[in-house]
Amino acid sequence: MQTPTYLAAELRLPTNWLDYTILGIYFVVVLGIGFAARRSVKTSLDFFLSGRSLPAWVTGLAFIAANLGATEILGMAANSAQYGVYTTHWYWIGAIPAMVFLGLVMMPFYYGSKVRSVPEFLLLRFDKAAHLFSSVLFAAAAILIAGVNLYALAIVVEALLGWPQWVAIVVAGFFVLAYITLGGLSSAIYNEVLQFFVILAALIPITVLGLKSVGGWDGLSDSLTQARGDDFMTAWGGTGIGSDNPLGANWLTIILGLGFVLSFGYWTTNFAEVQRALSAKNLSAAQRTPLIAAFPKIFIVFLVMIPGLVAAVMVPAIGTGGSDLQYNDAIPYLMQQLLPNGVLGIAVTGLLAAFMAGMAANVSSFNTVFTTDIWAKYVVKHREDGYYVRFGRLITAIGVLASIGTAFLASSFSNIMSYLQTLFSFFNVPMFVVFIIGMFWKRASMKSGFWGLLAGTTTAMVNYFWIYKQGIIGIPSDQGANFVSAIAGFVAGAVVMVAVSLFTAPKPAEELEGLVYGTRSPGMAEPPAEGDDAWYRKPALLGWGAVILAAACYIPFSF
Amino acid sequence: MSEHYSERELQQEVSDLETKSTTAARLFDIRRIIGGLFVVYGVIVTIAGFTASDADLDKAQGVNINLWTGLGMLVLGLLFLLWLKLRPTAPPPPDVVPEEREE
Repeated sequence: MQTPTYLAAELRLPTNWLDYTILGIYFVVVLGIGFAARRSVKTSLDFFLSGRSLPAWVTGLAFIAANLGATEILGMAANSAQYGVYTTHWYWIGAIPAMVFLGLVMMPFYYGSKVRSVPEFLLLRFDKAAHLFSSVLFAAAAILIAGVNLYALAIVVEALLGWPQWVAIVVAGFFVLAYITLGGLSSAIYNEVLQFFVILAALIPITVLGLKSVGGWDGLSDSLTQARGDDFMTAWGGTGIGSDNPLGANWLTIILGLGFVLSFGYWTTNFAEVQRALSAKNLSAAQRTPLIAAFPKIFIVFLVMIPGLVAAVMVPAIGTGGSDLQYNDAIPYLMQQLLPNGVLGIAVTGLLAAFMAGMAANVSSFNTVFTTDIWAKYVVKHREDGYYVRFGRLITAIGVLASIGTAFLASSFSNIMSYLQTLFSFFNVPMFVVFIIGMFWKRASMKSGFWGLLAGTTTAMVNYFWIYKQGIIGIPSDQGANFVSAIAGFVAGAVVMVAVSLFTAPKPAEELEGLVYGTRSPGMAEPPAEGDDAWYRKPALLGWGAVILAAACYIPFSF
Repeated sequence: MSEHYSERELQQEVSDLETKSTTAARLFDIRRIIGGLFVVYGVIVTIAGFTASDADLDKAQGVNINLWTGLGMLVLGLLFLLWLKLRPTAPPPPDVVPEEREE
């Protein structure tokens, strides 16, 4: 994901009262959801996990919307304008297999063990060192990413609507603060579901009009093949090992680095995502959460890639010295060129909604980890439940204020911020190693979790910041270096875990019930709810269906 | 780091909280909000489509994009309201209806 740091000044949109009415209605509804959800919050479980009671379609759409932040939308359109159809890898191989794996293989352990967060699972499977280490890193990363989202929003709003940056940061921060403090996770999830549909209503008209303006798909494809070469419109062209392509990656690093390590790390252990599934009403709904999300994910790529490609045709010099427009400007540029007032208001609302949801997902996972994993386990223990609800609301406010601070910091030190973001992204990789080994190998000892996390994180960072940035090994691009660092971190984490396990005591077998493959926890013995045995609700069918569909989508772009 | 957390204690704690939880009983149905918002947006944008100027049409490649987007959003909103009418929220089981006292 990239942060849209610069947007060209001439992108000011011709908004009028109609567009602002549409935007205003949205802000009123967002606050209304917060107030209406407030009466459903009684226990800490209501506040942090919606009482584990939401239906699968709601958690599934929230799961996809939490990822569909505006940095993702603008960043992936930028990727497409720069690298072409390679962008599909971030979706079809870089998301679908991991989401299906989360739903089919990992969710029974997550949901069945009744943990309230991803770090809490590490506490049960390993020890306090692994738990505290991952909780603190996650909390810090969540605030940082929320702040980066807020800063990105401020830049876009300044360019498109002409609001000063601080106004946008304070207004958006206030709305997120209000609706999460009032309604907790329910309010965050409901707003994400709403945002999902608004974003679709914004992207579909842009895509359709964009395609029409460049002569349809054939016109688009012909122009770009002519201007950028044959590989630009293919998914795998030029990715042979040793051959040169703008992405700086070959098929092996794409499949292993992006498709396996990075994507499994992000989708299966990032609590901002997993939290949505943990709030589902039963195991079947929790399993279906990422599977339901996988189907829109397969097709959303077209709604961000096509605008990016269209922008590359309309402004051939985009992203180079020959044009003021940056790659990140692709979607805002099409909005300005193609959308009349009315739909323009929907598109602006969709972008703002996406920024706020991206921030809210991080804030709502941050407050859960900080309260249940850090505060309630190490600082103020064994208080009555009402105390933790009050503390959760307080820490939400503090978290939002901290991300507002981070956003202002980012506006003065944007390079440092993008460095930090890369740094934290490497933390997901060893998380995934530790989870996968911990879930499938009974012998993995209590101490091995912490050392695996530490070794994997360090190796990925050393590889990226020292070996790549200092030029010891030549990798042609940041993206390519990301993939390689992820693979290195994965291998190092795995090796250290196995080595430490061989020299330390394993966890007693009776304490591993429901945490390791081949064992069952009491929660998993529940009979399926009425109606969940319908064929279209079978997790295996949904999951394999998504994998086959994603593989089939590659076919037209492979030959 | 002396205290030990067992899986059993943690599951007991979450199970207790689940029985006291009020989300299932008190949280409103999001379909009503999505349906309502999209009907309102649909109507507004459709009207903008009916009154579109030539400049608007030229900008959007000759497509009356407001009209089509507006109608699309209207249909989506009505579908959500229809779904809500056909499959209303299940009433909570009588034994878990919580007391109405606010904290």
